[in-house]
Amino acid sequence: MSWILASLADAFSLALSFDPQLYAIIALTLKVSVTAALVSALLGATLGASVAVGKFPGRGVLIVLFNAAMGLPPVVAGLIVYLLLSRAGPLGGWGLLFTPGAMVIAQVLLITPIVAALSRQIIEDAWREYEEQLTSLGVSRARAALTLLWDTRFSLVTVGLAGLGRAMAEVGAVMIVGGNIDGITRVMTTAIALETTKGDLPLALALGVILLFIVLLLNLAAHLVREWSVRRYG
Amino acid sequence: MVEAVLGETVMADTLLTLDQVSFDGRGHRVLDAISLRLSARRTFILGPNGAGKSVLLRLMHGLLKPSAGEVCWEPVLEDRPPGMAAGAASGGGVNAKSRAAARLPRLAMVFQRPVMLRRSVLDNVAYGMAVNGVADDVRSRARDVLARVGLAHLAARPARVLSGGEQQRVALARAWALKPDVLLLDEPTASLDPHAIRAVETIISEIAAGGTAIVMTTHHRGVAKRLAGDVIFLHQGRVTEQTGAAQFFGEPVSQAGRDYLKGDLE
Repeated sequence: MSWILASLADAFSLALSFDPQLYAIIALTLKVSVTAALVSALLGATLGASVAVGKFPGRGVLIVLFNAAMGLPPVVAGLIVYLLLSRAGPLGGWGLLFTPGAMVIAQVLLITPIVAALSRQIIEDAWREYEEQLTSLGVSRARAALTLLWDTRFSLVTVGLAGLGRAMAEVGAVMIVGGNIDGITRVMTTAIALETTKGDLPLALALGVILLFIVLLLNLAAHLVREWSVRRYG
Repeated sequence: MVEAVLGETVMADTLLTLDQVSFDGRGHRVLDAISLRLSARRTFILGPNGAGKSVLLRLMHGLLKPSAGEVCWEPVLEDRPPGMAAGAASGGGVNAKSRAAARLPRLAMVFQRPVMLRRSVLDNVAYGMAVNGVADDVRSRARDVLARVGLAHLAARPARVLSGGEQQRVALARAWALKPDVLLLDEPTASLDPHAIRAVETIISEIAAGGTAIVMTTHHRGVAKRLAGDVIFLHQGRVTEQTGAAQFFGEPVSQAGRDYLKGDLE
């Protein structure tokens, strides 16, 4: 078991070494995943609210699709985006393949269903509480959706974090569309995968520890914000 | 939707007519062929648990659609509170009324459990006004209404952290701010302490004094005794009597009403 302790020690010394290469990887990881999480939060919450409040044919099918898409394997998401962005693909002209932009697109495809499915559930529960009151006030469904988005904002932050966590943790999608190019598209997870295949397990594990630590920090911050706002706004 | 029908038989001061209204919920009949005409300014719907009081209120409001029958609100004259000297004002009755600028009455409802939006007390009141097309000085008008329910000092507080009684007063303010012709109240004093009940009662009286018709369900007989003009007594989904409050609390016409007042029906 001593190799675990050794890796932890490695992780600390690595993190404190201020190695510019490492920090570039961490920065790119955050940049790609936070962008993807923000875009997905906007898309997913809008979709979720529309499905929660809306009445239209095929609503049930859509809910099942969202829920099923939560289990979309990252490599499949990556493959789809790869095919779209490859030179012969319909969006090949954008020239995005093997750039951070492609990684953002793949992660958006991966986590939007998660945000949509979870926010749909949250907003639908809130709608159950609010429906009579809002209907009584004469609120249109579109406006009700906006009102519910605002009123469930604290829970939706948690959903956004779930999306961010998923984005930062996945490796398959960014590997395929990013290519793990050193200095351009290498992120934490692809670096870990690379070090593992190279056999440098302690370094891979050290990177893993740093990744976990970042995710932990983000969640701690969000938890505190949520606690504070729930106490403040009820 | 609520539909206005001007019939020959409708009296000039009628607010609402229910014609053979039934409602089926979860496989059993909640309300059975209810026909009634509402004209009093303060009508209380009383009856034991499960009699269908809340459902009747929701049918009146249009939140529920009747399984059979019709709910017809009478048009009111523009800027004239419903029921207020309607007979005298419309003079010739139906024909004169239909020529005037008539519109369907504005309805507002206060529920047993107030639904507070996750925003300030003031914004809760302003929200209802904004939704209903009030554009000018929404916030200062909302502040006025809050002052009238005695909550001006809580305007900036998040609504969901208030006590139950305070929340119910916010709900009343939100409804009042819409200047409704008719205010529907579903057990607004349930699960409130006596002090809060008094506060709610006072506010309802003031709203009624401003010309808004009140239709309310309650379990609190004291409240009904003090506020009611007319009583509609519901028992097992049927109206067993509709009488003046003095008559009902003095000598109810129906057996079910007598049992209810004796405390045999809960």
